[in-house]
Amino acid sequence: MATLVSRSTRSGRAPGPSAGTIMSGVLRYALLIILGLLFLLPFYLIVRNGLAAEREITSPNWTFFPSTLHFENIQELLNDPEVPFIDGMINSTVIALLQTLGQILISALAGYGLARIPYRWANQVFFAILVTLMIPSAVIFVPTYVIVSYLGWVSTLQGLIVPGVFSGFTTFLFRQFFLGFPRDLEDAGRVDGLGYWGVFWRVVVPNSYGIIAALSVITFIASWNAFLWPLVVGQDASAWTVQVVLSNFLNAQVLNLHELFVGATIGILPLVIIFFILQRYIVEGYKQSGIKG
Amino acid sequence: MKSLTTTSAEMSASREEAQKSVKKVRRRSLNTVLIFWSFVGPLILGLIVFFYIPIIWSFVLSFAHARATITPAGWVGLANYRAMLNDHEFIKSLVTFTIFAAFIVPTTLACALGLALLVNSIKLAQGFFRSVFFLPTACSYVLASIVWKMSIFNGSAYGLANNVRYHLFGLDPIAWISSPNPPWYWLVLVTVRLWLQLGIYMIIFIAGLQEIPRELYEAALVDGARRGWQTFRNITFPLLRNASIAVLLLNVIAAFQAFDEFFNIMSGGNQILARPPLVYLYNIALSDQNYGYGSAGAIILTIIIVIFTLIQGRFLGFGRSD
Repeated sequence: MATLVSRSTRSGRAPGPSAGTIMSGVLRYALLIILGLLFLLPFYLIVRNGLAAEREITSPNWTFFPSTLHFENIQELLNDPEVPFIDGMINSTVIALLQTLGQILISALAGYGLARIPYRWANQVFFAILVTLMIPSAVIFVPTYVIVSYLGWVSTLQGLIVPGVFSGFTTFLFRQFFLGFPRDLEDAGRVDGLGYWGVFWRVVVPNSYGIIAALSVITFIASWNAFLWPLVVGQDASAWTVQVVLSNFLNAQVLNLHELFVGATIGILPLVIIFFILQRYIVEGYKQSGIKG
Repeated sequence: MKSLTTTSAEMSASREEAQKSVKKVRRRSLNTVLIFWSFVGPLILGLIVFFYIPIIWSFVLSFAHARATITPAGWVGLANYRAMLNDHEFIKSLVTFTIFAAFIVPTTLACALGLALLVNSIKLAQGFFRSVFFLPTACSYVLASIVWKMSIFNGSAYGLANNVRYHLFGLDPIAWISSPNPPWYWLVLVTVRLWLQLGIYMIIFIAGLQEIPRELYEAALVDGARRGWQTFRNITFPLLRNASIAVLLLNVIAAFQAFDEFFNIMSGGNQILARPPLVYLYNIALSDQNYGYGSAGAIILTIIIVIFTLIQGRFLGFGRSD
């Protein structure tokens, strides 16, 4: 009965959205626009302060738009002998690229081996990998640092890169993906005389670009933005990443705000560009993984 | 019965064949072993060197005196652990983590769900707004700390928040970060993390929302449910249970590892106001070079996180086949 009644009242309504629906729609967009501006504000502040004169950052009569843009702030930062900014950018680029490449390659291989190769102890090996998922690498930074300093890798690129390329988590995600990979495709490759390696490189990898791109891009972002490990291992200024350079600058006694902020602007630029080009994969990567830990 | 009638010649022939096939199987399985390790070997080798050995080494060091050296210099038994558990600063860092989690977890859950519902409810420009809220995930904690500390929550009159307070309400500036009472620094620390991570959790919730079949809502409306609170309470929220639990657990684990924003915002003399476990451990191990004591701390934190993970596994039915 109730069903019938509600149906008849619904059909009795005038077609088209009611005034209430329009109102709530307008309110929703208004709220979204306000929140959106709030979320974008910090980005604006980085760029605004980076291109403003020092007195326009520290004036009590703060204005939203600086009166003139000082692009020479960039030159000033790059020429500042106290701040190894260019070295930091180079270190960050090298580390993030090699760490991403290494982690994806090693994890994809291991994930495929675990998903497909019938080995007696595969389950035990998989368990040893799962154990590593319980303990985030940040929690054991002291133990890892002890080993890295034993190897003599403090303040070296290998010390910054290598411990980060072995990820049980990325391997786990690849394994899950390969378990669902269509076997027919692999069998077709096998009929053509390919072994496991051949099938992996010629059949599986070319058909897995989506997940490879998704996990690569979130690994790259995590690597570029990493702070704790680069801080611990990069003890000489020559091994600082851009995050460590900016952190040191932030905590220095003499502060030069326009220089700090122009550094921040340049430091985030690569990621903003990547974000706009590869956003689809980033969203996919985070959906798969939750959060990189 | 056939075996009884087989001649010895037949028997030896079949034995030979059997041996051959055993050899073949063995060779094939040896091949499989080699191929398996050529795929999985690099990862396992790396995990042994950079995960298992460090933990064991640290475990050993935690029973030793090791200052400015990474090899044991005299055994001290459980002294490091006893000292760490009686260390007022260490206990305080665990309290700091608890307070932080109590602030950040509920606010993240509520705000991420709210954002997801809001973004999911519109048709026009949905992708645009999703990108806007997701964009901060490209930003590092260090950069966000710079903006929060030096611009938005700068304690001088020129800080943005103080500027707004003064120009809108004529109020005096607040030392957001360095005032112990009231503890405004929590507002700084919680908002910076919210800004950075809401986008990711929003995405998880939107993915959960889009998995809810439309027919459920239609059926509920047909049954006389009103759009809004009623359908949210009875359909949306129960079906987002898994997404909510995932967001909650990820959040707690991430808060436990908090380091970057505390290190950069609460630096210098403000560190004592809010120092989470990893920052304290950093001070012991890296500044004081006390690796025995630092190792004991790392092992205690590892045990805490493992217990938490196992409880959560129980909770989520980890290992249960579904």
